[in-house]
Amino acid sequence: MHKPNRIILDAAIATAVVAVMGIARGVYSNELMLFNFIMFLTLAQGLNIIYGFTGYLPFGYVGFYGAGAYGFSLVVMHLHVPAMVGMVAAGVAALVLGVILLPLLRLSGAYFAIASMAAAQAVYEIVANLDLESVTKGPYGVSLSDVFAPATSYYVALAILAGTLFLVVWLRNSRFGMSLQAIRDDSVSAAMAGVSVVRGRTIAWLLSASIAGLVGGVFAWHISVFYPDTAFDLSVSIFSTVFLLFGGATTLSGPLLGVFILYGIYNVIGIAVPQYFQFTYGALIVLLVLFLPNGLVSLLTNRGIRVP
Amino acid sequence: MLIGAIVAGVVFGLYYTLVGLGLNLVFGVMRIVNLAHGDFLMLGGISAWFLFTSFGLNPFVSVGLVVVVFLLVGLPIYYLVVPRLLRSRDSEMLSLILFFGISQMIEAVTTIGLGATERSLPPRLLGVGPMVILGTRLPKAWIFSAAASAIAVLLVYVYLYRTRLGTLTRAVMVSREEALATGIDVNFVSAVAFGVSLALAGVAGVFAPFILGSITPNMGVAINITAFAVIVVGTLGNPLGTLLGGIIYGVSLMLMQTYLSSWANLLPNLLLIAVLLIRPEGILGRKTRRA
Repeated sequence: MHKPNRIILDAAIATAVVAVMGIARGVYSNELMLFNFIMFLTLAQGLNIIYGFTGYLPFGYVGFYGAGAYGFSLVVMHLHVPAMVGMVAAGVAALVLGVILLPLLRLSGAYFAIASMAAAQAVYEIVANLDLESVTKGPYGVSLSDVFAPATSYYVALAILAGTLFLVVWLRNSRFGMSLQAIRDDSVSAAMAGVSVVRGRTIAWLLSASIAGLVGGVFAWHISVFYPDTAFDLSVSIFSTVFLLFGGATTLSGPLLGVFILYGIYNVIGIAVPQYFQFTYGALIVLLVLFLPNGLVSLLTNRGIRVP
Repeated sequence: MLIGAIVAGVVFGLYYTLVGLGLNLVFGVMRIVNLAHGDFLMLGGISAWFLFTSFGLNPFVSVGLVVVVFLLVGLPIYYLVVPRLLRSRDSEMLSLILFFGISQMIEAVTTIGLGATERSLPPRLLGVGPMVILGTRLPKAWIFSAAASAIAVLLVYVYLYRTRLGTLTRAVMVSREEALATGIDVNFVSAVAFGVSLALAGVAGVFAPFILGSITPNMGVAINITAFAVIVVGTLGNPLGTLLGGIIYGVSLMLMQTYLSSWANLLPNLLLIAVLLIRPEGILGRKTRRA
Protein backbone atom coordinates (compact mmCIF):
# COMPACT_ATOMS: atom_id res chain seq x y z
CA MET A 1 0.00 0.00 0.00
CA HIS A 2 1.24 3.50 -0.74
CA LYS A 3 2.08 5.76 2.11
CA PRO A 4 -0.72 8.33 1.59
CA ASN A 5 -3.24 5.45 1.55
CA ARG A 6 -1.86 4.12 4.82
CA ILE A 7 -2.24 7.48 6.48
CA ILE A 8 -5.79 7.80 5.14
CA LEU A 9 -6.68 4.34 6.44
CA ASP A 10 -5.22 5.09 9.88
CA ALA A 11 -6.99 8.44 10.03
CA ALA A 12 -10.26 6.87 8.89
CA ILE A 13 -10.12 4.33 11.73
CA ALA A 14 -9.39 7.06 14.26
CA THR A 15 -12.25 9.21 12.96
CA ALA A 16 -14.65 6.27 12.94
CA VAL A 17 -13.90 5.39 16.57
CA VAL A 18 -14.38 8.98 17.72
CA ALA A 19 -17.61 9.27 15.72
CA VAL A 20 -18.97 6.00 17.13
CA MET A 21 -18.23 7.04 20.69
CA GLY A 22 -19.79 10.45 20.05
CA ILE A 23 -22.98 9.06 18.53
CA ALA A 24 -23.24 6.28 21.13
CA ARG A 25 -23.99 8.81 23.85
CA GLY A 26 -27.20 9.82 22.13
CA VAL A 27 -28.25 6.22 21.46
CA TYR A 28 -27.22 4.36 24.56
CA SER A 29 -28.26 5.47 28.04
CA ASN A 30 -25.44 4.09 30.20
CA GLU A 31 -23.25 7.16 29.94
CA LEU A 32 -20.80 6.09 32.65
CA MET A 33 -19.99 2.90 30.79
CA LEU A 34 -19.38 4.77 27.54
CA PHE A 35 -17.23 7.25 29.41
CA ASN A 36 -15.16 4.40 30.84
CA PHE A 37 -14.74 3.04 27.33
CA ILE A 38 -13.39 6.39 26.16
CA MET A 39 -11.04 6.50 29.15
CA PHE A 40 -9.59 3.08 28.46
CA LEU A 41 -9.40 3.66 24.70
CA THR A 42 -7.32 6.75 25.47
CA LEU A 43 -5.22 5.19 28.23
CA ALA A 44 -4.40 2.11 26.14
CA GLN A 45 -3.20 4.39 23.31
CA GLY A 46 -1.30 6.59 25.75
CA LEU A 47 0.48 3.50 27.01
CA ASN A 48 0.98 2.46 23.39
CA ILE A 49 3.00 5.64 22.83
CA ILE A 50 5.49 4.74 25.53
CA TYR A 51 5.46 0.93 25.30
CA GLY A 52 4.71 0.37 21.65
CA PHE A 53 7.14 2.98 20.40
CA THR A 54 9.94 2.87 22.98
CA GLY A 55 9.61 -0.51 24.73
CA TYR A 56 9.27 0.91 28.25
CA LEU A 57 6.35 -0.66 30.10
CA PRO A 58 5.38 1.49 33.11
CA PHE A 59 3.34 -0.61 35.55
CA GLY A 60 2.76 2.59 37.47
CA TYR A 61 1.04 4.34 34.55
CA VAL A 62 -1.89 4.98 36.92
CA GLY A 63 0.35 7.41 38.81
CA PHE A 64 -0.06 9.98 36.03
CA TYR A 65 -3.78 9.35 35.89
CA GLY A 66 -4.05 9.92 39.64
CA ALA A 67 -1.80 12.98 39.44
CA GLY A 68 -4.11 14.38 36.76
CA ALA A 69 -7.23 13.65 38.80
CA TYR A 70 -5.74 15.40 41.83
CA GLY A 71 -4.24 18.21 39.77
CA PHE A 72 -7.74 18.96 38.52
CA SER A 73 -9.37 18.56 41.94
CA LEU A 74 -6.90 20.65 43.93
CA VAL A 75 -7.10 23.60 41.57
CA VAL A 76 -10.88 23.45 41.35
CA MET A 77 -11.35 22.94 45.10
CA HIS A 78 -8.93 25.55 46.40
CA LEU A 79 -8.87 28.20 43.67
CA HIS A 80 -12.47 27.76 42.43
CA VAL A 81 -11.39 28.11 38.83
CA PRO A 82 -13.50 26.87 35.89
CA ALA A 83 -13.20 23.21 34.95
CA MET A 84 -11.23 23.88 31.76
CA VAL A 85 -8.50 25.56 33.81
CA GLY A 86 -8.60 22.46 35.98
CA MET A 87 -7.97 20.33 32.89
CA VAL A 88 -4.85 22.34 32.14
CA ALA A 89 -3.74 21.78 35.73
CA ALA A 90 -4.35 18.04 35.28
CA GLY A 91 -2.09 17.92 32.26
CA VAL A 92 0.55 20.03 33.97
CA ALA A 93 0.48 17.89 37.13
CA ALA A 94 1.10 14.73 35.13
CA LEU A 95 3.76 16.47 33.06
CA VAL A 96 5.57 17.61 36.20
CA LEU A 97 5.42 14.10 37.64
CA GLY A 98 6.74 12.82 34.32
CA VAL A 99 9.68 15.23 34.50
CA ILE A 100 10.38 14.22 38.11
CA LEU A 101 10.39 10.57 37.07
CA LEU A 102 12.56 11.10 33.97
CA PRO A 103 15.56 9.49 35.70
CA LEU A 104 13.61 6.23 35.74
CA LEU A 105 14.24 5.99 31.99
CA ARG A 106 17.82 5.10 32.88
CA LEU A 107 16.44 1.78 34.06
CA SER A 108 15.18 -0.90 31.74
CA GLY A 109 12.97 -3.96 31.60
CA ALA A 110 11.56 -5.22 34.87
CA TYR A 111 13.50 -2.61 36.86
CA PHE A 112 11.71 0.19 35.08
CA ALA A 113 8.30 -1.47 35.37
CA ILE A 114 8.64 -2.06 39.11
CA ALA A 115 10.23 1.31 39.85
CA SER A 116 7.41 3.11 38.08
CA MET A 117 4.90 1.08 40.08
CA ALA A 118 6.68 2.06 43.29
CA ALA A 119 6.60 5.68 42.16
CA ALA A 120 2.84 5.56 41.59
CA GLN A 121 2.37 4.00 45.03
CA ALA A 122 4.56 6.70 46.57
CA VAL A 123 2.43 9.45 45.02
CA TYR A 124 -0.66 7.67 46.33
CA GLU A 125 0.78 7.45 49.84
CA ILE A 126 1.47 11.18 49.76
CA VAL A 127 -1.96 12.18 48.41
CA ALA A 128 -3.88 9.83 50.73
CA ASN A 129 -1.86 10.78 53.80
CA LEU A 130 -3.83 11.96 56.80
CA ASP A 131 -1.25 14.66 57.50
CA LEU A 132 -2.26 16.37 54.25
CA GLU A 133 -5.97 16.20 54.90
CA SER A 134 -6.36 19.98 54.72
CA VAL A 135 -4.87 20.00 51.23
CA THR A 136 -5.94 16.77 49.52
CA LYS A 137 -8.70 15.61 51.90
CA GLY A 138 -6.45 12.59 52.53
CA PRO A 139 -8.12 9.19 52.35
CA TYR A 140 -11.62 10.69 52.52
CA GLY A 141 -11.71 11.65 48.86
CA VAL A 142 -12.76 14.82 47.09
CA SER A 143 -16.12 16.18 46.05
CA LEU A 144 -16.35 18.59 43.13
CA SER A 145 -20.08 19.15 42.82
CA ASP A 146 -19.54 22.83 41.80
CA VAL A 147 -18.22 21.92 38.38
CA PHE A 148 -20.28 18.76 37.78
CA ALA A 149 -21.10 18.70 34.05
CA PRO A 150 -21.54 15.19 32.66
CA ALA A 151 -22.27 16.23 29.08
CA THR A 152 -19.43 18.73 28.67
CA SER A 153 -16.90 16.46 30.34
CA TYR A 154 -17.98 13.58 28.09
CA TYR A 155 -17.18 15.57 24.98
CA VAL A 156 -13.93 16.85 26.46
CA ALA A 157 -12.96 13.21 27.06
CA LEU A 158 -13.89 12.48 23.47
CA ALA A 159 -11.68 15.34 22.29
CA ILE A 160 -8.78 13.94 24.31
CA LEU A 161 -9.37 10.54 22.72
CA ALA A 162 -9.37 12.11 19.25
CA GLY A 163 -6.16 13.98 19.98
CA THR A 164 -4.49 10.82 21.26
CA LEU A 165 -5.59 8.70 18.32
CA PHE A 166 -4.28 11.23 15.81
CA LEU A 167 -1.05 11.49 17.77
CA VAL A 168 -0.62 7.73 17.34
CA VAL A 169 -1.49 8.01 13.64
CA TRP A 170 1.18 10.68 13.32
CA LEU A 171 3.74 8.63 15.23
CA ARG A 172 3.09 5.61 13.04
CA ASN A 173 3.64 7.56 9.87
CA SER A 174 6.21 10.16 10.78
CA ARG A 175 9.96 10.32 10.81
CA PHE A 176 9.91 10.86 14.57
CA GLY A 177 7.78 7.74 15.20
CA MET A 178 10.09 5.69 13.00
CA SER A 179 13.12 6.92 14.91
CA LEU A 180 11.43 5.93 18.18
CA GLN A 181 10.86 2.41 16.88
CA ALA A 182 14.48 2.27 15.79
CA ILE A 183 15.53 3.22 19.33
CA ARG A 184 13.25 0.55 20.75
CA ASP A 185 14.65 -2.16 18.52
CA ASP A 186 18.32 -1.27 18.93
CA SER A 187 19.21 1.91 20.74
CA VAL A 188 22.94 1.68 20.02
CA SER A 189 22.47 1.35 16.27
CA ALA A 190 19.86 4.11 16.29
CA ALA A 191 22.26 6.42 18.11
CA MET A 192 24.98 5.59 15.59
CA ALA A 193 22.60 6.50 12.78
CA GLY A 194 22.21 9.95 14.27
CA VAL A 195 18.95 9.51 16.18
CA SER A 196 18.87 11.38 19.47
CA VAL A 197 17.96 8.53 21.82
CA VAL A 198 17.47 10.54 25.01
CA ARG A 199 15.41 13.22 23.29
CA GLY A 200 13.14 10.68 21.60
CA ARG A 201 12.47 8.72 24.76
CA THR A 202 11.90 11.86 26.79
CA ILE A 203 9.32 13.23 24.36
CA ALA A 204 7.45 9.91 24.15
CA TRP A 205 7.47 9.55 27.94
CA LEU A 206 6.15 13.07 28.56
CA LEU A 207 3.47 12.73 25.84
CA SER A 208 2.33 9.47 27.35
CA ALA A 209 2.32 10.93 30.86
CA SER A 210 0.33 14.02 29.83
CA ILE A 211 -2.31 11.91 28.11
CA ALA A 212 -2.84 9.86 31.27
CA GLY A 213 -2.98 13.10 33.26
CA LEU A 214 -5.64 14.58 30.99
CA VAL A 215 -7.67 11.38 31.23
CA GLY A 216 -7.34 11.50 35.02
CA GLY A 217 -8.47 15.12 35.02
CA VAL A 218 -11.53 14.48 32.90
CA PHE A 219 -12.29 11.45 35.08
CA ALA A 220 -12.30 13.67 38.17
CA TRP A 221 -14.52 16.16 36.36
CA HIS A 222 -16.99 13.57 35.11
CA ILE A 223 -17.22 11.52 38.31
CA SER A 224 -16.80 14.54 40.64
CA VAL A 225 -16.74 12.40 43.81
CA PHE A 226 -13.89 9.94 44.24
CA TYR A 227 -11.34 8.53 46.67
CA PRO A 228 -7.58 8.30 46.30
CA ASP A 229 -8.02 4.51 46.15
CA THR A 230 -10.01 4.96 42.93
CA ALA A 231 -7.70 7.52 41.36
CA PHE A 232 -4.59 5.41 42.06
CA ASP A 233 -6.19 2.00 41.57
CA LEU A 234 -3.48 -0.23 40.14
CA SER A 235 -6.07 -1.98 37.99
CA VAL A 236 -6.16 1.15 35.79
CA SER A 237 -2.55 0.38 34.82
CA ILE A 238 -3.20 -3.30 34.56
CA PHE A 239 -6.34 -3.01 32.45
CA SER A 240 -4.65 -0.60 30.04
CA THR A 241 -1.61 -2.85 29.79
CA VAL A 242 -3.65 -5.97 29.12
CA PHE A 243 -5.85 -4.23 26.55
CA LEU A 244 -2.76 -2.96 24.78
CA LEU A 245 -0.93 -6.29 24.78
CA PHE A 246 -4.03 -8.28 23.90
CA GLY A 247 -4.59 -6.24 20.77
CA GLY A 248 -0.97 -5.65 19.87
CA ALA A 249 1.32 -2.74 20.61
CA THR A 250 2.65 -0.20 18.07
CA THR A 251 -0.47 -0.54 15.92
CA LEU A 252 -3.45 1.79 16.01
CA SER A 253 -6.14 -0.87 15.78
CA GLY A 254 -4.61 -3.36 18.25
CA PRO A 255 -5.27 -1.41 21.46
CA LEU A 256 -8.68 -0.38 20.10
CA LEU A 257 -9.61 -4.03 19.53
CA GLY A 258 -8.25 -4.93 22.95
CA VAL A 259 -10.45 -2.38 24.68
CA PHE A 260 -13.58 -3.12 22.68
CA ILE A 261 -13.30 -6.90 23.10
CA LEU A 262 -11.96 -7.26 26.65
CA TYR A 263 -13.64 -4.28 28.26
CA GLY A 264 -16.79 -5.29 26.42
CA ILE A 265 -16.63 -8.76 28.01
CA TYR A 266 -15.90 -7.12 31.34
CA ASN A 267 -19.05 -5.04 31.13
CA VAL A 268 -21.14 -8.06 30.22
CA ILE A 269 -19.96 -10.50 32.89
CA GLY A 270 -17.38 -8.74 35.00
CA ILE A 271 -19.55 -6.35 36.95
CA ALA A 272 -22.00 -8.97 38.20
CA VAL A 273 -19.42 -11.57 39.25
CA PRO A 274 -16.06 -9.80 39.40
CA GLN A 275 -14.14 -12.83 40.71
CA TYR A 276 -15.08 -15.08 37.81
CA PHE A 277 -14.05 -12.32 35.49
CA GLN A 278 -10.80 -11.82 37.39
CA PHE A 279 -10.05 -15.52 37.01
CA THR A 280 -10.85 -15.59 33.29
CA TYR A 281 -8.79 -12.47 32.88
CA GLY A 282 -5.79 -13.99 34.63
CA ALA A 283 -6.04 -17.15 32.57
CA LEU A 284 -6.36 -15.09 29.39
CA ILE A 285 -3.21 -13.15 30.25
CA VAL A 286 -1.27 -16.36 30.88
CA LEU A 287 -2.39 -17.93 27.61
CA LEU A 288 -1.74 -14.69 25.75
CA VAL A 289 1.85 -14.42 26.96
CA LEU A 290 2.55 -18.08 26.25
CA PHE A 291 0.93 -18.42 22.86
CA LEU A 292 0.41 -14.96 21.38
CA PRO A 293 3.01 -12.67 22.96
CA ASN A 294 2.66 -10.05 20.21
CA GLY A 295 -1.09 -9.66 20.51
CA LEU A 296 -4.12 -10.35 18.39
CA VAL A 297 -2.81 -8.43 15.39
CA SER A 298 0.21 -10.74 15.18
CA LEU A 299 -2.14 -13.35 13.72
CA LEU A 300 -2.13 -11.12 10.63
CA THR A 301 1.29 -9.51 10.83
CA ASN A 302 2.95 -12.93 11.07
CA ARG A 303 1.47 -13.66 7.66
CA GLY A 304 2.95 -10.49 6.27
CA ILE A 305 -0.29 -8.50 6.27
CA ARG A 306 0.07 -4.90 7.40
CA VAL A 307 -2.33 -3.96 10.17
CA PRO A 308 -3.29 -0.31 10.59
CA MET B 1 13.36 4.13 72.05
CA LEU B 2 16.08 4.14 69.40
CA ILE B 3 17.48 0.79 70.55
CA GLY B 4 13.96 -0.59 70.75
CA ALA B 5 13.28 0.42 67.14
CA ILE B 6 16.53 -1.13 65.97
CA VAL B 7 15.95 -4.41 67.82
CA ALA B 8 12.40 -4.69 66.48
CA GLY B 9 13.76 -3.72 63.07
CA VAL B 10 16.21 -6.61 63.04
CA VAL B 11 13.45 -9.01 64.10
CA PHE B 12 11.19 -7.77 61.31
CA GLY B 13 14.14 -7.64 58.94
CA LEU B 14 14.72 -11.37 59.34
CA TYR B 15 11.11 -11.96 58.40
CA TYR B 16 11.32 -9.62 55.38
CA THR B 17 14.44 -11.45 54.28
CA LEU B 18 12.34 -14.59 54.12
CA VAL B 19 9.67 -12.72 52.14
CA GLY B 20 12.17 -11.55 49.53
CA LEU B 21 14.44 -14.58 49.40
CA GLY B 22 12.23 -16.79 47.23
CA LEU B 23 11.59 -14.01 44.73
CA ASN B 24 15.30 -13.37 44.49
CA LEU B 25 16.15 -17.03 44.01
CA VAL B 26 13.80 -17.26 41.04
CA PHE B 27 15.14 -14.04 39.56
CA GLY B 28 18.73 -15.18 40.06
CA VAL B 29 18.24 -18.57 38.44
CA MET B 30 15.68 -17.81 35.73
CA ARG B 31 15.92 -14.03 35.18
CA ILE B 32 12.16 -13.74 35.52
CA VAL B 33 10.07 -11.88 38.07
CA ASN B 34 7.46 -13.95 39.85
CA LEU B 35 4.82 -11.30 40.40
CA ALA B 36 2.62 -13.96 42.03
CA HIS B 37 5.11 -14.42 44.86
CA GLY B 38 2.97 -12.41 47.28
CA ASP B 39 -0.04 -14.53 46.35
CA PHE B 40 1.78 -17.77 47.11
CA LEU B 41 2.68 -16.20 50.44
CA MET B 42 -1.00 -15.48 50.98
CA LEU B 43 -1.81 -19.10 50.17
CA GLY B 44 0.72 -20.20 52.79
CA GLY B 45 -1.05 -18.03 55.33
CA ILE B 46 -4.46 -19.38 54.31
CA SER B 47 -3.12 -22.94 54.67
CA ALA B 48 -1.88 -22.24 58.18
CA TRP B 49 -5.23 -20.69 59.07
CA PHE B 50 -7.13 -23.63 57.58
CA LEU B 51 -4.95 -26.28 59.26
CA PHE B 52 -5.39 -24.53 62.59
CA THR B 53 -9.15 -23.91 62.45
CA SER B 54 -10.00 -27.33 61.00
CA PHE B 55 -7.47 -29.66 62.64
CA GLY B 56 -6.05 -27.52 65.42
CA LEU B 57 -2.56 -27.82 63.98
CA ASN B 58 0.03 -25.50 65.52
CA PRO B 59 1.81 -23.30 62.92
CA PHE B 60 5.11 -24.93 63.87
CA VAL B 61 3.64 -28.23 62.62
CA SER B 62 1.81 -26.88 59.59
CA VAL B 63 4.94 -25.10 58.37
CA GLY B 64 6.52 -28.48 57.59
CA LEU B 65 3.46 -29.55 55.65
CA VAL B 66 3.37 -26.27 53.74
CA VAL B 67 7.03 -26.58 52.75
CA VAL B 68 6.54 -30.07 51.28
CA VAL B 69 3.31 -29.24 49.45
CA PHE B 70 4.53 -25.92 48.02
CA LEU B 71 7.81 -27.49 46.91
CA LEU B 72 5.93 -30.22 45.05
CA VAL B 73 3.42 -27.78 43.55
CA GLY B 74 6.27 -25.61 42.26
CA LEU B 75 7.69 -28.31 39.98
CA PRO B 76 4.67 -28.75 37.65
CA ILE B 77 4.04 -24.99 37.58
CA TYR B 78 7.63 -24.52 36.45
CA TYR B 79 7.40 -27.08 33.66
CA LEU B 80 4.03 -25.78 32.47
CA VAL B 81 4.99 -22.15 32.20
CA VAL B 82 8.62 -21.19 32.50
CA PRO B 83 10.46 -23.08 29.70
CA ARG B 84 8.01 -21.71 27.17
CA LEU B 85 8.31 -18.23 28.65
CA LEU B 86 12.11 -18.33 28.52
CA ARG B 87 12.02 -19.03 24.79
CA SER B 88 10.23 -15.74 24.09
CA ARG B 89 11.96 -12.61 22.88
CA ASP B 90 11.74 -10.55 26.06
CA SER B 91 11.14 -13.05 28.83
CA GLU B 92 12.01 -10.73 31.71
CA MET B 93 9.31 -8.27 30.66
CA LEU B 94 6.73 -10.85 29.70
CA SER B 95 7.24 -12.70 33.00
CA LEU B 96 5.83 -9.67 34.81
CA ILE B 97 2.64 -9.89 32.82
CA LEU B 98 2.39 -13.68 32.88
CA PHE B 99 2.80 -13.98 36.63
CA PHE B 100 0.47 -11.08 37.11
CA GLY B 101 -2.12 -13.25 35.33
CA ILE B 102 -1.34 -16.15 37.67
CA SER B 103 -1.61 -13.82 40.63
CA GLN B 104 -5.06 -12.70 39.45
CA MET B 105 -6.18 -16.32 39.12
CA ILE B 106 -4.98 -17.18 42.64
CA GLU B 107 -6.63 -14.10 44.09
CA ALA B 108 -9.92 -14.84 42.31
CA VAL B 109 -10.03 -18.50 43.34
CA THR B 110 -9.25 -17.62 46.96
CA THR B 111 -11.92 -14.94 47.05
CA ILE B 112 -14.51 -17.23 45.46
CA GLY B 113 -13.66 -20.07 47.84
CA LEU B 114 -13.23 -18.17 51.09
CA GLY B 115 -14.57 -14.65 50.67
CA ALA B 116 -12.56 -11.46 50.98
CA THR B 117 -12.53 -11.30 54.80
CA GLU B 118 -9.41 -10.85 56.87
CA ARG B 119 -8.12 -13.94 58.64
CA SER B 120 -5.77 -14.08 61.57
CA LEU B 121 -4.34 -16.56 64.04
CA PRO B 122 -4.12 -16.02 67.81
CA PRO B 123 -0.55 -14.96 68.67
CA ARG B 124 -0.58 -17.23 71.76
CA LEU B 125 0.01 -20.16 69.37
CA LEU B 126 3.65 -19.13 69.25
CA GLY B 127 4.00 -18.62 72.99
CA VAL B 128 2.47 -16.35 75.60
CA GLY B 129 3.87 -13.08 76.87
CA PRO B 130 6.73 -10.85 75.84
CA MET B 131 10.41 -11.61 75.71
CA VAL B 132 13.02 -9.01 76.62
CA ILE B 133 15.95 -8.43 74.25
CA LEU B 134 18.42 -5.63 75.08
CA GLY B 135 15.79 -4.03 77.30
CA THR B 136 13.10 -4.14 74.60
CA ARG B 137 9.93 -6.07 75.21
CA LEU B 138 8.78 -7.91 72.09
CA PRO B 139 5.91 -10.41 71.70
CA LYS B 140 7.08 -14.02 71.62
CA ALA B 141 5.17 -14.49 68.35
CA TRP B 142 7.52 -11.99 66.67
CA ILE B 143 10.64 -13.60 68.08
CA PHE B 144 9.63 -17.09 66.99
CA SER B 145 8.58 -15.91 63.53
CA ALA B 146 11.95 -14.24 63.14
CA ALA B 147 13.72 -17.36 64.40
CA ALA B 148 11.83 -19.53 61.93
CA SER B 149 12.79 -17.09 59.17
CA ALA B 150 16.42 -17.26 60.20
CA ILE B 151 16.33 -21.07 60.10
CA ALA B 152 14.77 -20.99 56.61
CA VAL B 153 17.43 -18.56 55.39
CA LEU B 154 20.14 -20.78 56.86
CA LEU B 155 18.70 -23.84 55.11
CA VAL B 156 18.74 -21.96 51.79
CA TYR B 157 22.39 -21.14 52.44
CA VAL B 158 23.13 -24.84 53.06
CA TYR B 159 21.21 -25.77 49.91
CA LEU B 160 23.07 -23.28 47.73
CA TYR B 161 26.59 -23.56 49.12
CA ARG B 162 26.86 -27.00 50.73
CA THR B 163 25.09 -29.37 48.33
CA ARG B 164 25.83 -30.54 44.81
CA LEU B 165 22.43 -29.36 43.61
CA GLY B 166 23.22 -25.93 45.05
CA THR B 167 26.49 -25.79 43.11
CA LEU B 168 24.59 -26.63 39.94
CA THR B 169 22.00 -23.97 40.80
CA ARG B 170 24.70 -21.35 41.21
CA ALA B 171 26.18 -22.44 37.89
CA VAL B 172 22.84 -21.79 36.21
CA MET B 173 22.72 -18.40 37.95
CA VAL B 174 26.04 -17.41 36.42
CA SER B 175 25.14 -18.48 32.90
CA ARG B 176 22.22 -20.55 31.75
CA GLU B 177 23.77 -21.26 28.35
CA GLU B 178 27.13 -22.41 29.69
CA ALA B 179 25.43 -24.56 32.31
CA LEU B 180 23.43 -26.19 29.54
CA ALA B 181 26.58 -26.72 27.50
CA THR B 182 28.31 -28.46 30.41
CA GLY B 183 25.48 -30.98 30.53
CA ILE B 184 23.62 -29.69 33.56
CA ASP B 185 19.92 -30.49 33.52
CA VAL B 186 19.08 -26.80 33.58
CA ASN B 187 15.34 -27.33 33.61
CA PHE B 188 15.43 -29.67 36.59
CA VAL B 189 17.74 -27.39 38.56
CA SER B 190 15.50 -24.41 37.80
CA ALA B 191 12.35 -26.35 38.66
CA VAL B 192 13.77 -27.21 42.09
CA ALA B 193 14.76 -23.58 42.62
CA PHE B 194 11.24 -22.57 41.67
CA GLY B 195 9.78 -25.10 44.12
CA VAL B 196 12.12 -23.90 46.88
CA SER B 197 11.04 -20.34 46.15
CA LEU B 198 7.38 -21.23 46.54
CA ALA B 199 8.16 -23.16 49.73
CA LEU B 200 9.89 -20.05 51.11
CA ALA B 201 6.84 -17.98 50.22
CA GLY B 202 4.71 -20.58 51.98
CA VAL B 203 6.79 -20.42 55.17
CA ALA B 204 6.63 -16.63 55.13
CA GLY B 205 2.88 -16.98 54.69
CA VAL B 206 2.50 -19.25 57.71
CA PHE B 207 4.09 -16.60 59.91
CA ALA B 208 2.43 -13.65 58.13
CA PRO B 209 -0.58 -13.55 60.52
CA PHE B 210 1.81 -12.98 63.43
CA ILE B 211 4.02 -10.35 61.82
CA LEU B 212 1.65 -8.57 59.45
CA GLY B 213 -1.49 -9.02 61.57
CA SER B 214 -3.83 -10.70 59.11
CA ILE B 215 -4.23 -12.39 55.74
CA THR B 216 -6.47 -11.16 52.93
CA PRO B 217 -6.80 -12.58 49.40
CA ASN B 218 -5.66 -9.30 47.84
CA MET B 219 -2.54 -8.72 49.95
CA GLY B 220 -0.24 -10.00 47.19
CA VAL B 221 0.54 -6.73 45.41
CA ALA B 222 1.69 -4.90 48.54
CA ILE B 223 3.80 -7.89 49.59
CA ASN B 224 5.41 -7.94 46.16
CA ILE B 225 6.46 -4.31 46.33
CA THR B 226 7.97 -4.93 49.75
CA ALA B 227 9.72 -8.08 48.57
CA PHE B 228 11.04 -6.25 45.55
CA ALA B 229 12.31 -3.38 47.66
CA VAL B 230 14.09 -5.85 49.92
CA ILE B 231 15.84 -7.73 47.14
CA VAL B 232 16.72 -4.66 45.11
CA VAL B 233 18.31 -3.05 48.18
CA GLY B 234 20.21 -6.30 48.72
CA THR B 235 21.09 -7.10 45.11
CA LEU B 236 18.95 -8.77 42.51
CA GLY B 237 20.05 -12.31 41.89
CA ASN B 238 22.24 -12.54 45.00
CA PRO B 239 20.39 -14.55 47.68
CA LEU B 240 22.77 -13.54 50.47
CA GLY B 241 22.31 -9.86 49.68
CA THR B 242 18.67 -10.36 50.54
CA LEU B 243 19.59 -10.78 54.21
CA LEU B 244 21.26 -7.38 54.22
CA GLY B 245 18.34 -5.89 52.28
CA GLY B 246 15.83 -7.38 54.69
CA ILE B 247 17.60 -6.04 57.79
CA ILE B 248 18.04 -2.57 56.27
CA TYR B 249 14.40 -2.58 55.29
CA GLY B 250 13.18 -3.80 58.68
CA VAL B 251 15.27 -1.33 60.67
CA SER B 252 14.32 1.65 58.51
CA LEU B 253 10.65 0.64 58.65
CA MET B 254 10.76 0.52 62.45
CA LEU B 255 12.60 3.85 62.65
CA MET B 256 9.98 5.41 60.38
CA GLN B 257 7.15 3.96 62.45
CA THR B 258 8.72 5.26 65.64
CA TYR B 259 9.51 8.77 64.53
CA LEU B 260 7.29 9.50 61.50
CA SER B 261 4.56 6.92 61.73
CA SER B 262 2.06 8.35 59.26
CA TRP B 263 4.65 8.31 56.46
CA ALA B 264 5.94 4.79 57.12
CA ASN B 265 4.04 3.29 54.17
CA LEU B 266 5.98 5.52 51.84
CA LEU B 267 9.22 3.84 52.81
CA PRO B 268 9.38 0.68 50.65
CA ASN B 269 8.54 2.71 47.55
CA LEU B 270 11.05 5.47 48.16
CA LEU B 271 13.77 3.01 49.23
CA LEU B 272 13.20 1.04 46.05
CA ILE B 273 13.34 4.05 43.73
CA ALA B 274 16.33 5.56 45.52
CA VAL B 275 18.39 2.39 45.38
CA LEU B 276 17.47 1.74 41.75
CA LEU B 277 18.54 5.21 40.74
CA ILE B 278 21.64 5.60 42.89
CA ARG B 279 22.97 2.07 42.92
CA PRO B 280 20.97 -0.19 40.57
CA GLU B 281 23.31 -3.10 41.20
CA GLY B 282 22.31 -3.15 44.89
CA ILE B 283 24.49 -2.71 47.93
CA LEU B 284 26.40 -5.95 47.51
CA GLY B 285 26.37 -5.85 43.74
CA ARG B 286 29.39 -5.78 41.50
CA LYS B 287 29.92 -2.71 39.37
CA THR B 288 28.08 -4.12 36.38
CA ARG B 289 24.98 -2.27 35.35
CA ARG B 290 22.24 -4.31 33.81
CA ALA B 291 19.86 -1.42 33.72
